[in-house]
Amino acid sequence: MDLTRQHNGDVAVESDSETANRTDGDTAIVIGPGVVDSGPEGPLAKAAFFGLAAKRIVEYRLVHLRGSMTKNQLDQLAESVLIDPVEQWWMHRHEHVAPSTQGQVSVVETGLRPGVTDREGAELVRAAAELGVEVVAAAVAKRWMVYGDLEEDEVEQLAERVLHNPVIERWAPGELPPSHVDATTSAPPTELVHLSGLDNGDLEQVSRYRRLGLNVDEMVAIQKWFAAENREPTDAEIETLAQTWSEHCSHKTFRASITTPDGEIDGLLDTYLRGATDTVAAPWVESAFVDNAGIVHFDDRFDIAIKAETHNHPSALEPFGGANTGVGGVVRDIVGVSAKPIAITDVLCFGPDDLDPAELPEGVLHPSRIRSGVIAGVGDYGNKVGVPTIAGAIFHDPSYTTTPLVFAGCLGLLPKGSHPTEPKTGDFVVTLGGAVGRDGVGGATFSSQSMGVETALVAGSSVQIGDPVVEKGLIDLVVAARDAGLYNAITDCGAGGLSSAVGEMAASLGADIDLAKVPRKYSGLAPWEVWLSEAQERMVMAVPDPVPLLALAERWGVEATVIGWFSGEGRLLVRHAEEVVVDIEVDFLHRGRPRLHLEATDANPARLPRHPVEAVGSSIEPVDALKALLGHPSLRSNEAVVRTYDHEVLGGTVVRPYDGVAMDGPADGTVIVPPGTEGATPLQAVAIGIGAAPLIGRHDCEAMAWAAVDEAVRNAVVAGADPDRLSLLDNFAWGNPTDPETLGQLVAACRGCYNAAIGYRAPFVSGKDSLYNEFVDADGTSDPVTPTLIITAVGVVPDVEIVPAVGVVAAGNDVWLLGPSAGVLGGSYLDEVTGGDKGGHVPAADPDAADRHRQLHAAIRERLVVSAHDISEGGLAPAAAEWAFAGRLGITLAVANTHSPYELFGEGPGRYVVEVRPDDADRFAELVPEASRVGWVTDDDRLRIGTEIDVSLEEVGIAFTSQQRSFSAPPPTTSESDADTAAAPDGDEATESDVIEAGESDAGESDASESDSDASDIGESDAGVSDAAAPDAGDTDGAQSSETDEPTEDGA
Amino acid sequence: MTVSPSVLIPIAPGTNRDHDLAMAFEAAGAEVAQHPLQAIRSGDVKLADHQLLALPGGFSYGDALGAGRLLGLDLGGWFADQVRDARARQMPIIGICNGFQALVKAGILPGGPPESESLSGSRFDSEGWRPKRRSPYDASLTANSNGQFECRWIHMTPERSDSVWIGSLSQPLRCPVAHGEGRFRAADLSTLNQTKRVAFRYSRPDGTPAGGSYPLNPNDSDGDVAGLIDHSGLVLGLMPHPENHVFSRQDPQRRRAVGGNCLPLFLAGVEAVS
Repeated sequence: MDLTRQHNGDVAVESDSETANRTDGDTAIVIGPGVVDSGPEGPLAKAAFFGLAAKRIVEYRLVHLRGSMTKNQLDQLAESVLIDPVEQWWMHRHEHVAPSTQGQVSVVETGLRPGVTDREGAELVRAAAELGVEVVAAAVAKRWMVYGDLEEDEVEQLAERVLHNPVIERWAPGELPPSHVDATTSAPPTELVHLSGLDNGDLEQVSRYRRLGLNVDEMVAIQKWFAAENREPTDAEIETLAQTWSEHCSHKTFRASITTPDGEIDGLLDTYLRGATDTVAAPWVESAFVDNAGIVHFDDRFDIAIKAETHNHPSALEPFGGANTGVGGVVRDIVGVSAKPIAITDVLCFGPDDLDPAELPEGVLHPSRIRSGVIAGVGDYGNKVGVPTIAGAIFHDPSYTTTPLVFAGCLGLLPKGSHPTEPKTGDFVVTLGGAVGRDGVGGATFSSQSMGVETALVAGSSVQIGDPVVEKGLIDLVVAARDAGLYNAITDCGAGGLSSAVGEMAASLGADIDLAKVPRKYSGLAPWEVWLSEAQERMVMAVPDPVPLLALAERWGVEATVIGWFSGEGRLLVRHAEEVVVDIEVDFLHRGRPRLHLEATDANPARLPRHPVEAVGSSIEPVDALKALLGHPSLRSNEAVVRTYDHEVLGGTVVRPYDGVAMDGPADGTVIVPPGTEGATPLQAVAIGIGAAPLIGRHDCEAMAWAAVDEAVRNAVVAGADPDRLSLLDNFAWGNPTDPETLGQLVAACRGCYNAAIGYRAPFVSGKDSLYNEFVDADGTSDPVTPTLIITAVGVVPDVEIVPAVGVVAAGNDVWLLGPSAGVLGGSYLDEVTGGDKGGHVPAADPDAADRHRQLHAAIRERLVVSAHDISEGGLAPAAAEWAFAGRLGITLAVANTHSPYELFGEGPGRYVVEVRPDDADRFAELVPEASRVGWVTDDDRLRIGTEIDVSLEEVGIAFTSQQRSFSAPPPTTSESDADTAAAPDGDEATESDVIEAGESDAGESDASESDSDASDIGESDAGVSDAAAPDAGDTDGAQSSETDEPTEDGA
Repeated sequence: MTVSPSVLIPIAPGTNRDHDLAMAFEAAGAEVAQHPLQAIRSGDVKLADHQLLALPGGFSYGDALGAGRLLGLDLGGWFADQVRDARARQMPIIGICNGFQALVKAGILPGGPPESESLSGSRFDSEGWRPKRRSPYDASLTANSNGQFECRWIHMTPERSDSVWIGSLSQPLRCPVAHGEGRFRAADLSTLNQTKRVAFRYSRPDGTPAGGSYPLNPNDSDGDVAGLIDHSGLVLGLMPHPENHVFSRQDPQRRRAVGGNCLPLFLAGVEAVS
């Protein structure tokens, strides 16, 4: 114990009338024991990284209270809601001193900046009121005791770089004043922006200076419009236009006309994405590309809403908050089409975990820090908002170091015809959710610009932290309001805040808004800041009668405020009490932006193979190649990450991301029964597949798009989805589209999307492009992201009972192979693990793949498929290894040409391995004529492929999970941990360090002592994993069903 | 003809497994009434009109100030009288995950010895706040030892008991845990063992205790304790989510074993009041 005093917990009861014991004004109390974080991502390790010789860093909770209370009341408050009676103690801050025996100690306090969402502080005020204690303001902060001989400037460095996050926090040596916001600041007035008479250069400068992100043509259009109005624009007006016309909100690149060597393209969106959807004309599409999310048919009663978003720029700066609000935003997109969210997806792209810090450009966070923060941020939001995070992927590549990518997706369920979309003249504008602050002002324009050293400093305020509990309330309220038919239109407040949300809703009618009515977190906000604030967790509705809605909102504990009405006059009129701050014709706002014109080079710059002669695979032993592939940072197990996401909440989950006997086998697609649809017969489900092929994109972006669509389709089909009821989402993360070569690659990818969507009869229903993903360093050198396209396929599983198992199920069953190797290794992971860029051609688009998907589905539908796995990155050998590992049974394959790397490791569209009972062989062969029987499931623990590969599942497990996975030894006992460490009261930091630790160690070096110690640090005894579930087959609930495909539905 | 018993499921801000719990009780033959806490507080909804109380999982009040703490404050504050009356009428009560945390933070679980305990078990009921005295019955749920939120399937084995909830159970149940603060800490575990307050322990598939080993015991709980009952056996609280394994389709091992094996827990509760 590092502190000598412990509170003894026995508190004298004193009369409230004893004024001598009354506290008035500010009180600060410290809660212990402190957390000593000595993990590899802990403050001590980070301090060492910066050469700061701290010996020990202990973190205490610090609670600021403002109010008037007796000693007894303070005791009551502390004992009732602030400390844990078994583990914690508290004391006044002035009593909290370090013991002199420990050597030199420095005290630093860190806390949220005033105005940053502090839920704990707000709840503490509420809890105090419940207890009858008068607390008017409360804030929760941290107090750090730093032991070691540090100079003053070293302590300062430690605080600056390690102990606080400057985006949302501040710090002070000794005592930091509480972050309560004084309510007296007066708002700055609305200002005019002088545009008249400015030439193009001046206009460009205004745009740059105000960080509007508008180009010269756009600035000129604005200048002209206001000249015709005979006045200058206000700051609120110019910001409104910048937000509305931003890439983020208007997708101007995807709507631009593009000149290519092959001719003119009249908008990528209309030509290729919506173009494919129109051509396919799928009857199951209810709404595509017109709303916050795509909407598709599920059954006679319900539709499914789907959407995926990017949140790259914020995540690069503040990984936790960026990813957190990314998830919150896409969940709100789903709520914005009146749907109840039912599943979250996340695809993450990071630089290498083991990147030498010396190679990091200035202003860039280390990939491992971004990774741990993003993962914690994704998990935190999904877990708390109560939506299962059930599908995703993590890619690692050096090119993502400066431009990490975060794709977050969401699915929702809504009754047919329940989503109204037409505001009516006279409807009231009602905001729902939290109050506004200076949060993220300018987020839409920020996210539409390139990142640079400067951005990290300037855009600090563009990043926020989310409050998933408020969002959970919003979901419940919107669902209740929808079912009661209380609104005529709804949208979420995302980038651009009210300016975008109200602006969009009022796009034809116009609206009259009074900003004075908008609830604020604190005073002192300029009107334009209220209008643009990106405070999270807010929705806007068009409501004919606010009374029942406001009552419902109160019932659900959601703040609801009428801020104006839809005027029908075609002008967006925004007032702040008496003062008019925005008065723009909606026609100009929404249809006045001059169309962008762009140039693209040859739309497939890298079409020709760089190395016409394949030179891959001859230099590596097949077993070594297999292990290297299983352990590749982008292919290895992410189970440790997935275990920090709640993938079970709502009770609909059928197939998890890691599933199988010991829940550590990678599933291809994941499956859920949408909560609320239970009871139907047959019970349908939704399968989600995700595809991406960034390595192929290095050679050929058109082929990459096809490969990504095929992978997403495969993953959904293998999970039981009907390939004739699939819908797709596209998410592009690209560089600067004004660079003709970058744009050429984008054109190629869009064309690939178009061809694949037609080829598979799978329409795109929504998407999102994130452009300008490039990092401009101090010298002005631009480093664009690897072109990255993520495809999400969502399909309907006609009957949940047909869903195949993850991992092979029974020895003696046959293994069938469906789909040929493409016979090329360009853009393959074998190429990557053997040095890269030696491969020739990439897998070509294969129109026959669609047939194979349909054949497999026919067999799944007849319940002939016991289990199946798609052949994906790395080819046949890793697929078979993962599949055997997931089922803890051996597989023997006798494919032809196993000496050929094409056969073992070649990739290509439409390929599967399938487990079928011998009795079903004839019928399976009839339904899947292209499949061939290539092997069988064995009851030992070995994977054998021809004579080339013979490995134990234990070796497979070690390679895949980077950890020792014993199959027989009893699990080691978890060692007693340090009492201080164990008491971690604040999950986030600890979570970050542990997640990174568990997933970080490199597979190829699993016997290196470092990764071993990592594994034992968190007590990850994997013997326990296999032990826990492997014997399930002979589980004590007895009756292992002999016919494994006939589950019983108890109580359904 | 019997009328199905009604289960009241209160929804605090941040509660998120209410749907799951409702589904489990419906599968067990009960009617469910899901209401925001506010509707109970305002008097629109009364606990006395229902036969069971079920506190679902989630992040009530965002886990601010500790998981279950502020919901515990509600249970021991404005809601305490209704809960006390219900317990006096032998109403079975179940709290899962966050609901369990709230029952523990409110002092209802494990509760003190029967003779000394007021029925509410609350430290801040209508008699006014009484300062906490250290007791061998003190217990808490704190952050998982590995410091992270943990979602994984576990086995938990019921203790021998005549509790209405678990008295009829004998086999290990399989279901997921999903929590960051589920580490059970007891001031004196032997007191709880002797007074039969332990309802479930994390175990191996064959029912033998996990022996503290991760991930069988996913959070490093003292004594592998996964759930508690009070002295009457009417109040059950547990960290794992049996409500997420009442149907075979929810079972990851559905092709390898018989699924839905947590349904009997809910059947037992419903049967007790039928």
